[in-house]
Amino acid sequence: MAVLEAAPPTPTAAHSSAEAGGRYAPRWLRRTGNGALNGWAVFAYLYLFAPIVVIILFSFNNLNGITHPFNYTWRGFTLENWRHPLGKFPELGDAMVESLKIAFLASLIATVMGSLVAIALSRYRFRGGALVNLLLVLPLTTPEICLGSSLLTLFLTRGIELGFVTILIAHVMFCVSFVALTVKARIRGFDWTLEDAAMDLGSPPLRTFRKVTMPLIMPGIIAAFMLSFSLSIDDYIITVFNAGNTVTFPIQIFTEQKIAVPPQIDVLATMILAASFLLIGAGTTLRLVRENRLAAG
Amino acid sequence: MAGEAQRRGGFTPYALLAPGMLWLVLFFMVPIWFLLQTALSKADAVGNTSFVWRWANFSDSWTSYQHQYLLSFRYAFIATVLCIAIGYPLAYVVAFRGGRYKNVLLGLVVVPFFTSYLVRTLAWKTILQDQGPFVRFLRDVHLLSQNGHLLSTSWAVIGGLTYNFLPFMVLPIYVSLEKIDPGLLEAARDLFSSPARAFRKVVLPLSLPGVFAGSLLVFIPAAGDFVNSALLGSPQTRMIGNVVQGNFLETLDYPSAAAISFVLMAIITVLVLIYSKILGTEEIA
Repeated sequence: MAVLEAAPPTPTAAHSSAEAGGRYAPRWLRRTGNGALNGWAVFAYLYLFAPIVVIILFSFNNLNGITHPFNYTWRGFTLENWRHPLGKFPELGDAMVESLKIAFLASLIATVMGSLVAIALSRYRFRGGALVNLLLVLPLTTPEICLGSSLLTLFLTRGIELGFVTILIAHVMFCVSFVALTVKARIRGFDWTLEDAAMDLGSPPLRTFRKVTMPLIMPGIIAAFMLSFSLSIDDYIITVFNAGNTVTFPIQIFTEQKIAVPPQIDVLATMILAASFLLIGAGTTLRLVRENRLAAG
Repeated sequence: MAGEAQRRGGFTPYALLAPGMLWLVLFFMVPIWFLLQTALSKADAVGNTSFVWRWANFSDSWTSYQHQYLLSFRYAFIATVLCIAIGYPLAYVVAFRGGRYKNVLLGLVVVPFFTSYLVRTLAWKTILQDQGPFVRFLRDVHLLSQNGHLLSTSWAVIGGLTYNFLPFMVLPIYVSLEKIDPGLLEAARDLFSSPARAFRKVVLPLSLPGVFAGSLLVFIPAAGDFVNSALLGSPQTRMIGNVVQGNFLETLDYPSAAAISFVLMAIITVLVLIYSKILGTEEIA
């Protein structure tokens, strides 16, 4: 019965005869090994979630009345922070709005450009494909600090004023690669003959694109957009080099943590977490509905 | 014609590529040229830089900041090893024992990273602080001396780096494990291979591309990071990223900052090339 616990490989005749032959580690050792492996995974999840638990918990920390609160020690439970999500720190909200604007625009531009690159790469045979792939991968194998600082030298040398636009340029730059590679991976193996079939049946190119191509590659594109959005809204290292006087949420937090770490930061972080959960939930539901509809014909 | 996956498209593919590639050339390739130019410049008393082929900036950057360079690579290396140690078994359990909860378990690896990078790192400051239960526990069991600290030490910085880049290790390893044909494992079992041997001879070699990709995705950003050292470390844990950030944005010493940044990029490129030669992997990402 101990062998059964070593699933997923279902014990076969060969399995047990080999065991009888003594080629296997003793049963107790295998059981301990299995337990240790699962335990290790549990430990890894605890490690991954420890700060998240702290963020949620400390969003209820009672630091009211302190002008420059450092939310590091627990001083009692309160709902006050949630009742006033910005509290005495309206600049947190402004920075968040700025971040949302940049993330939305940057992901939109990067998703369009990156998806076109991905379609070109997976759909057509042309000269220079290897070079295009290299140019897509290089930004990912360059440290962010080098990406950010090199863009800064460009803007400084050309006398371009730093601000919203330069942040946008930087974010689109690092998102394009992620989009192109994500979409490319998702549409690999896509059956392009479906397009030909539609055309053969007399569908004009635009209609074919709208009715056949788009629905098939859309899930990949949506995933790429969401990835870009989360990369952009969270970026600090590249942004700080190209921000000038524009303040995004990460920049605000990095500056603020020297003088105060109000619990409202944790409130906003918890809200973002909840929103992403809802978004993922909605996305999954939509996908299931779509798949069911496709399956139903 | 039918069934052919790719087709010749004349100008169409180039038209599709143009906007994205143009953006990358203008805002990725061209800036590196300007970084190099700034690295070879000289700053005058008022802070204006002029291009004078000052190669000494490079040697100066190494001699002045050798310690910070080496520290960065050491931290990044230890963080990468820790990410493999934590991430490989995790990816293995999710891929082979996840069953119908595979996607949920994989999702749980990514979910913590939907909160802000900086807020998460600040949360580690809360966990590692001297008055916190974690440090108290470590002191009680004598893993830490009675007045030992975690915050502001190298280990806090390495822990932060490991934490922040862990998913970049788990996901590629998971993908390569997931691709393994279960038939191969069955074959190994039918041929009387023990599970340990099957792992060593079948699973491990097939998952190495994932480990390779993961190591790059962890090592490269970790080596250039300055956030973890700034929030969790101390002046003794200053990494090369902190120097670049300081020289660029605080002391406004552009030529030296550009030189350091350029040298960092060059070293990492060389390391990546050596690493890919050793592992013999053609594809980088």
